[in-house]
Amino acid sequence: MIIAEQKSLEEIKTLIGKAENILVVGCGTCVTVCFAGGAREAAIVASSLRMSTKLDGNGKNVTDVTVQRQCEWEYLDQITDRVADVDLVLSLGCGIGVQAIAEHFPNAWVVPGLNTSFMGMPSEQGVWDERCAACGDCILGLTGGICPIARCSKSLLNGPCGGSEEGHCEISPDVPCAWQLIYDRLSSVNKLDTLLEIQPPKNWRTARHGGPRQIIRPDLRLASEED
Amino acid sequence: MNFPTMSDEPSVAANGYLTGSTLERVLKAGHFAITAELGPPQSADGEVIRQKTALLQGLCDGVNITDNQTAIVRMSSIGAGTIVIQAGLEPIIQMTCRDRNRLAIQADLLGAYALGMRNLLCLTGDHQTFGNHPTAKNVHDIDSVQMVRMVTDMRDDCIFQCGDKFKGQEPRFFIGAAAAPFAEPTEFRPYRLAKKVKAGANFIQTQLVYDVPAFARYMEKVRELGLHEQTYILAGVGPLKSPGMARYMKNNVPGILVPDELIDRMSAASKPWAGKSKDELTPEDKKARSAAWKEEGIQICIELIQQLREIEGVAGVHVMAIEWESAVKPIVEGAGLYPRPEV
Repeated sequence: MIIAEQKSLEEIKTLIGKAENILVVGCGTCVTVCFAGGAREAAIVASSLRMSTKLDGNGKNVTDVTVQRQCEWEYLDQITDRVADVDLVLSLGCGIGVQAIAEHFPNAWVVPGLNTSFMGMPSEQGVWDERCAACGDCILGLTGGICPIARCSKSLLNGPCGGSEEGHCEISPDVPCAWQLIYDRLSSVNKLDTLLEIQPPKNWRTARHGGPRQIIRPDLRLASEED
Repeated sequence: MNFPTMSDEPSVAANGYLTGSTLERVLKAGHFAITAELGPPQSADGEVIRQKTALLQGLCDGVNITDNQTAIVRMSSIGAGTIVIQAGLEPIIQMTCRDRNRLAIQADLLGAYALGMRNLLCLTGDHQTFGNHPTAKNVHDIDSVQMVRMVTDMRDDCIFQCGDKFKGQEPRFFIGAAAAPFAEPTEFRPYRLAKKVKAGANFIQTQLVYDVPAFARYMEKVRELGLHEQTYILAGVGPLKSPGMARYMKNNVPGILVPDELIDRMSAASKPWAGKSKDELTPEDKKARSAAWKEEGIQICIELIQQLREIEGVAGVHVMAIEWESAVKPIVEGAGLYPRPEV
């Protein structure tokens, strides 16, 4: 899922600027699960803003609402009236949610309340780790289910580099070396010979480097009127 | 400006040389090769390069020019290498995957060849968090193994990485790669070296070796894989400057093993000043202590070279006297490797 974390209240207040009527919009999917922008967080942010602006001597009118998914039009339709009533929307969705609101409500001014961090999972309670870089050409079949694109600091395809020590990456003792993990995993399933193959340069076109990406599924598209 | 080029560029077909660089000739002739290292300045001052080149003149068969070493911005390796050639030494251009994508690497290497450079070392590159631009975006479009193959294909088949054939002069490099024998997982290290050799590496320069028995065990596996017969392996050595430096490397630099015995030897060199606090030492004391350490560091380095030379499959040494180029002369002379062979 998408992992995000909240911006500081100070930064949020700067983004809000002079707006007086504010709608905080939470999202009921990924950012709810990672405790960054669900209904609970939206209520807390709204209340914090009310208190903080009141203490500043300029109490603002802040309300909140949470939709199931900010990244789908049908859920955004449900808050059309609420959005029309305010002069600023503070989205607690991921970057996709913020952009969906901007696109769906052309007259609304929307600002982000979160920093969208990465695609990952909770590795333990209160800890989230990156797992996927959405490169568009999955190689997990070669690496025993551990992604070097997302998890090696240098995205090596023929690792490990010389900076691997005691299982961690050269950048920090807190960062596991992805290639040590790959090595251990392939070793445990008797597939170390996979690592002897030289992996050729990656086609990065399927990653962001080929420009913005789009998937079109003709089988799922609704027939246009002309058809 | 006229850049010197090699007057008698050998063709592979005629005499079997890949490039005809001094390093290649020395190794092919079976001599024990020496390479040194030159770190370009964090400025545009070419005079620094000329001064460092003078300190290494006649002492090595090629000098590595680092490429933004430890991710700190310095004069480019190709720019500095051009000055090194003018000053009469043959550079080994280091090229990392951190700062350039496949287009930039290929383009820069075409230029480097045209400027007279003949040796190349392909590296992954230290992560930028170590350097002076930790907020930079890194590249890592290709990795070091892929770079070796790319430049081998450019040299041997006149093709760019994309597969397009090109006409005209191909960049003929003597292609090197690095090896970290003691980095983890150590049991995989000989195999990763095998990948670099398979990709086309003509020579290998290793991370610093202080633990000779551990390196000998690595070389045993390397010989088992027959790699020493397919590539020239230069063991990395470097003089210790102080017991503190030795301890720092042992504890903080990945892939470097420093036996306690060597740390003790360095400490013993400063015995006359032992037990005195910093404040009790006069500037003269400190100078004399540093000189004693350096003398011992050079002596240890000489002994390491002599021991490494005995290991089958070690074709030479890469002397890394970082920001201490003047140490190379006593090391090379002390190891009985001066003068360098004429090839």
